[in-house]
Amino acid sequence: MIAAFIVVFGVTCLVFFLIHFIPGDPIEYMLGESGQIADREALRHALGLDQAIHQQLMTFFSRLLEFDFGTSIHSKIDVATLIQLRLPATIQLAVISIIMALMIAFPLGVISAVRKDSHWDRVAMGFSLLGVSIPNFCLGPIFILFFSMWLGWFPVSGNDEMSSIILPAFTLATAMAAILARLIRSSVLEILHEDYVRTARSKGLSEANIILRHVLPNALLPVITVVGIQFGTLLGGAVITEMVFSWPGIGQLTIESIQRRDYPVVQACIIVISVSYVLVNVFTDLLYGFVDPRIRLLKNS
Amino acid sequence: MSVNRIALIILLLWAGLAILAPFLPLSSNEVQLDKILQAPQLSAWLGYDDLGRPILHRLIIGAQTSFYVAVWVTVLSLVFGCFIGCLAAYLGGWVDELVVRVIDVFLAVPGILLAIAFAGFIGPGLSNLVLALSLVGWVGYARLTRAQVLSVKQRDHVQAAKALGSSTGFIMRKHLLPLISAPLIVESSFGIAGIVIAEAGLSFLGLGVQAPDASWGSMIRDGTMYMLISSHMVLAPGIAIMLVVFAVNYFGDSLRDRMDVRS
Repeated sequence: MIAAFIVVFGVTCLVFFLIHFIPGDPIEYMLGESGQIADREALRHALGLDQAIHQQLMTFFSRLLEFDFGTSIHSKIDVATLIQLRLPATIQLAVISIIMALMIAFPLGVISAVRKDSHWDRVAMGFSLLGVSIPNFCLGPIFILFFSMWLGWFPVSGNDEMSSIILPAFTLATAMAAILARLIRSSVLEILHEDYVRTARSKGLSEANIILRHVLPNALLPVITVVGIQFGTLLGGAVITEMVFSWPGIGQLTIESIQRRDYPVVQACIIVISVSYVLVNVFTDLLYGFVDPRIRLLKNS
Repeated sequence: MSVNRIALIILLLWAGLAILAPFLPLSSNEVQLDKILQAPQLSAWLGYDDLGRPILHRLIIGAQTSFYVAVWVTVLSLVFGCFIGCLAAYLGGWVDELVVRVIDVFLAVPGILLAIAFAGFIGPGLSNLVLALSLVGWVGYARLTRAQVLSVKQRDHVQAAKALGSSTGFIMRKHLLPLISAPLIVESSFGIAGIVIAEAGLSFLGLGVQAPDASWGSMIRDGTMYMLISSHMVLAPGIAIMLVVFAVNYFGDSLRDRMDVRS
């Protein structure tokens, strides 16, 4: 928990210093050649860039503690409001794609472990290697071409219908599904050699029963770890996927703001995305104890 | 033909085309308005794009872009990450503490997002792209190097060298680096796959290579607008990225097996 706080503190420091990476005068860069001198000074003051660097950092943090991310240079809207508008769509996308990834990965992983070295195994693992190799911005357009334009099953982009989420979520899910399928395969293979599985077999339990009752619960722990770690990659991928599908989430907001040089919004987006990544990992840590009684006992003793 | 050999051929083709590109008679930026969006044909194997530029030629320039970005970013992040990792593990104390914290902070921001942010703030362009990706890339190597050095620095021969009065730099070069090079090589082979995707991703977003120069990512972005009438504009660079990343990943897998590095 304390580590998580330090990390969040560090991320905000990093984001704070980003604005100093801009070569030359950041104000001129943001407003362009045409900016009026009065506008420039106003913006410089609003961003606190007219203060000494340690004062800037202090102001930055005291504002953050009040969830004050400043105002957008482009739309003059409060940045916190902008984020509130966009964040739900991204959360929705992330949750649906994690569910999709699990739904794809479990059958693939279990089948290829149980039927190891069969054609099933080879096809499943081939798909999984392919899944990590296709970037989202490649797969997205191909899905749009195939499912939206040729088959006409789903809308091309936006978020106007219920079915709009399916293609972007599926695009985002493939990479995670590929990694999880390989992981599930190897952990199921390991568990199949455990004593308790042999015991279950000798009791005469059916193979399906053994997999469902004895193997899968034990394979769950590494899956939770990796879902937690991969959540960051998922959020990063969401940034690009949202652009491909014009999904009105925080990723699209980030890129649009970078293109408009609307840096207060970019800073806020990065902080919000990173903090949610950290929060998810704290949550997965808590989830361990819930899923695995051994860890709970270890912590209590 | 085994998959291994196919992967090797793809990699050689990628590197070979990238290195030979300056010597090939390419007209990747030549606009031919009478050939706009023409489909693949005998005289131009992959057809023409929305400005009548031959896609095959642009694909080769794209290979050059991704190859050199991959090489530069890998070298820069490997050298810097290795240096920081060695330093942290060898010196210990507050230096180590600080480095671990910094690594944690960098890992808390999704890699591609951090690269997008860096590229967005430093500005677009190829050298800025390399800088942005290296600023993100060193972290993984630093973490790996630190862990590896910590595990080998207690070994007898390192202690012996220390007792004999060898300098820290000498010990690092002669005794530590050779021992930790295998996992670093495996890590960098997977790193290259990530960089190829990241370069294309940033160029897709318009933060990498600038027009009219070609990158596979910017070719995909240009192609999405004409997807229905000429899907070859998206498919050609898309398949190129897929093949290269697949080959690099496959190569990394077999390298790991051969060098017996446990992940």
